Amino acid sequence: MTDDQLDLLFKALADSTRRRIIDRLSKQPAQSLFEVCAASVAEDGVALSRQTVSQHLAVLEKAGLIETTWKGRTKAHSLSITSDHIKASMWLTQYAEERDQT
Amino acid sequence: MKIYVTNVFVDDQDKAEAFYTDVLGFTVKHNVPVGENRWLTVVSAEDPDGPELLLEPSDHPAVPPYKEALVADGIPAHSFQVQNLNAEWQRLVALGVSFTVEPMEAGPVRMAIFDDTCGNLIQLIEMAEAAQ
Repeated sequence: MTDDQLDLLFKALADSTRRRIIDRLSKQPAQSLFEVCAASVAEDGVALSRQTVSQHLAVLEKAGLIETTWKGRTKAHSLSITSDHIKASMWLTQYAEERDQT
Repeated sequence: MKIYVTNVFVDDQDKAEAFYTDVLGFTVKHNVPVGENRWLTVVSAEDPDGPELLLEPSDHPAVPPYKEALVADGIPAHSFQVQNLNAEWQRLVALGVSFTVEPMEAGPVRMAIFDDTCGNLIQLIEMAEAAQ
């Protein structure tokens, strides 16, 4: 992963609302914008505006963490976490040995 | 002042009349020719004197893109209240209605969303208090 991709990934993960969206899409994939908003009210008691959720989804999509498909005429969001994402998220582990030696 | 009518934009009034009466169970209140279209309203059989739902043609150029954008984001054009969501959901599924969201908890309510076959998503709501 390039530095630019890493920036997008860590930026996407650096927000609790976006992490909750990832948690929920993991439990139930293929959700519309409306469903993501409804689930956020139901499960977290947080009423986020559709515009806010739409922006969060765009950040996640830019980082490649979610993909969209069409369920009929409705746009559905699902997780698309790759092994590159997993590897990249462990960026700090490259210094684990160094830390253990000190 | 009171709300006596609200609308849903339908792709085809004939098809909408059939769906909103035969399938959903509403009854026609007004059916008046207006040019090529009709002033066509339905009411709930449970509340015939209550607010009317106008099944309004979608022929204004602003309407199709508006409807498409709502459906793309999964946003219902209208919401109807039911006493027992699971029973209503089962009844409608048996009649061939296509649900985009199956019954789910949504905070103080339970909800489901179906396609009205006239270009809209419609939400069904069961209030938590009504279920008790």
